Amino acid sequence: MVSSTEQTSTSSETDATLDRWQSEEYKYGFYTDIETDSLPPGLSEDVVRLISAKKDEPDWLLQWRLKAYRHWLTMTEPTWQNVHYEPIDYQKIIYYSAPKQAKDRPQSLDDVDPKLLETYEKLGIPLQERAILAGVAVDAVFDSVSVATTFKEKLGELGIIFCPFSEAVHDHPELVQQYLGSVVPHNDNFFAALNSAVFSDGSFVYIPKGVKCPMDLSTYFRINAISTGQFERTLIVAEEGSTVSYLEGCTAPMRDEHQLHAAVVELIALDDATIKYSTIQNWYPGDKDGKGGIYNFVTKRAKCLGRNSHISWTQVETGAAITWKYPGCILIGDNSVGEFYSVALTNNHQQADTGTKMIHIGKNTRSNVVSKGISAGFGQNTYRGLIKITKSAHGARNYTQCDSMLIGDKCGAHTFPYIEVKNSTAQMEHEATTSKIGEDQLFYCNQRGISTEDAVSMIVNGFCKEVFRELPMEFAVEAQKLLEVSLEGSVG
Amino acid sequence: MLQIRNLHVNVQGHKILKGLTLTINAGEVHSMMGPNGSGKSTLAQVLAGRDTYEVTEGEVFFEGRNLLELEPDERARAGVFLAFQYPVEIPGVGTAYFLRAAVNALRKHRGEEELDAVDFLEFVKEKMRLVDMDEQLLKRSVNEGFSGGEKKRGEIFQMAVLEPKFAILDETDSGLDIDALKIVADGVNSMRRTDRAFLVITHYQRLLNYIVPDFVHVLVDGRIVKSGGKELAMELEERGYAWADQSIRHAAAAS
Ligand SMILES: Nc1ncnc2c1ncn2[C@@H]1O[C@H](COP(=O)(O)OP(=O)(O)O)[C@@H](O)[C@H]1O
Ligand SMILES: [Mg+2]
Repeated sequence: MVSSTEQTSTSSETDATLDRWQSEEYKYGFYTDIETDSLPPGLSEDVVRLISAKKDEPDWLLQWRLKAYRHWLTMTEPTWQNVHYEPIDYQKIIYYSAPKQAKDRPQSLDDVDPKLLETYEKLGIPLQERAILAGVAVDAVFDSVSVATTFKEKLGELGIIFCPFSEAVHDHPELVQQYLGSVVPHNDNFFAALNSAVFSDGSFVYIPKGVKCPMDLSTYFRINAISTGQFERTLIVAEEGSTVSYLEGCTAPMRDEHQLHAAVVELIALDDATIKYSTIQNWYPGDKDGKGGIYNFVTKRAKCLGRNSHISWTQVETGAAITWKYPGCILIGDNSVGEFYSVALTNNHQQADTGTKMIHIGKNTRSNVVSKGISAGFGQNTYRGLIKITKSAHGARNYTQCDSMLIGDKCGAHTFPYIEVKNSTAQMEHEATTSKIGEDQLFYCNQRGISTEDAVSMIVNGFCKEVFRELPMEFAVEAQKLLEVSLEGSVG
Repeated sequence: MLQIRNLHVNVQGHKILKGLTLTINAGEVHSMMGPNGSGKSTLAQVLAGRDTYEVTEGEVFFEGRNLLELEPDERARAGVFLAFQYPVEIPGVGTAYFLRAAVNALRKHRGEEELDAVDFLEFVKEKMRLVDMDEQLLKRSVNEGFSGGEKKRGEIFQMAVLEPKFAILDETDSGLDIDALKIVADGVNSMRRTDRAFLVITHYQRLLNYIVPDFVHVLVDGRIVKSGGKELAMELEERGYAWADQSIRHAAAAS
């Protein structure tokens, strides 16, 4: 039984829910042995303690998790977003399971579903990565693991820390303690609080003063990503004058049995530092009829703490049954810059409610928002953005461009731009368009010998050009191919 | 090369073409003239395979194949080209990129190697000179922000690049000044070959001073009411479409 729940807001509804959770906790008992590989479904304070113990975490982190858990109990799941799904039963989720043993995994690519391999082929995923993505046992992919190790040594020479979050907790506790929750507090929102209580693992990046990270941090992450699970936690700190480009996710459809993904990403840039964070999200979207698929409820936020700091989010969201995320920037340092470039594609029955929040606090802060929403099939695509200019933000500027493209007539595009301006020196510019891939455009392409499928991807890629331009070269090529594959069968 | 037999076409339940028969041989230039709304564009679009037009009767063969069974892109790859009366804009898609995709679709179909960006540029430069196209246009999105004249010249340029066996020009002359008209005509004339045929659709006789057709047909109300040599165009210019229509009605009444 949860004994020390701090209930700040209660209604009879939440009481009822709490009762249900608590009674189910009893049902399972939770005298789980610390040696077991996975816990029975359900969430309680004991589960939180157990996760922390399994990871051998310091007490401050356990206390932080518990604080988050207790707060989460008082919260209700948000319903304001423009997406629809069956209620999630949080007591049916398994909150901890050890990575699968090598013997339980496919031993080579020959044991992997040929359909999956076909998709990798279409996307041009390098051979050695295919094995990792398909979850082939580690021994079989030894080569790429050693590549990752060499990579890590090279970064180490520059003082760059790039490691699994759980490793950072042990090796660099002072840094983690200083920054964890400093951008997304433990009680920020329902899903962030849940993540804070039970997060599994993720990545930690620290770029020391004046260091320009010599490579995009990607390859390693791809390998690492396999075991991070459903409650990922990422923290990136860029010290004064440092620069880093971080790539998250990959185009290959990632296999995962978890339905709910509630990740948290925190970025911190100090004076003159630059962070570029690029995401390609291609979680399982569910089948053609909208069955299955991952709920991707993510909190991503950046703090431009220092003067002249610069943080840029670029995302290509093509997967997941439901995507709900608003990577934002809090522009505290004078002259700091926040950017958000997004392509969100919803096909079949996918739903996306995504956008950004730009909070201008420092003087002469600038933000730039380019959002491209593509809806096909029965897909529903919502852009939701908040631009907030606080009183102190003299000379702040924002440019927002928000374009929607519809393919077919059963899909939808929605735009909710919110603007709050408390300083009259602010300059705001907002442009929005909605277009449809016209039958006449497709016919014109066909008449030149171009197949309808190629024509659609050509037009869509043209539409997304401004965002793809922001991606690192290699990622941009992958993103284009990904759109092609994701749009297959969306027309005629 | 092309045989059209007793073609009937409906658009949204309205009968537009009402039994059109026409044979075009390799090496020939045919001109189709007629008043607005007589069905000229309908014929062009049906030949190109637009599915908003419903063929209710008749048949069309292209080099012995049943053209009506082919998808629009298959027809294009088989060598049918349509210079549109109203070329559509495709924002975000560069003209060079678009045309290279078209050329490579064709080359792939023929089992030839695809051209990379550099080879392609080399290849099209010569074609641009043919229609006096500004190279800058290649960098812009397909037809986006092009002037009326640029769009029409662009269509001829694309034709020159794709080198079709059979090209339909749908009122490519409309809205062009005399200089642009000459450029377009020169482009077409330089492409005339014994193994290539043209169907030049026009509302005015003017273009035919520059592109001299082998045959002229007059389309009124979905039927070819008169066919003849190039002199028919001159006669039409003088006497108007009503004359052509009436003369055939009189002939029909007399028989
Ligand atoms: N998409 C359409 N919907 C309805 N009517 C159409 C459509 N396209 C053409 N028409 C009609 O068909 C007739 C023939 O049109 P068209 O072939 O464009 O003539 P032309 O090119 O000779 O001027 C006209 O009466 C026109 O209004
Ligand atoms: Mg017409």
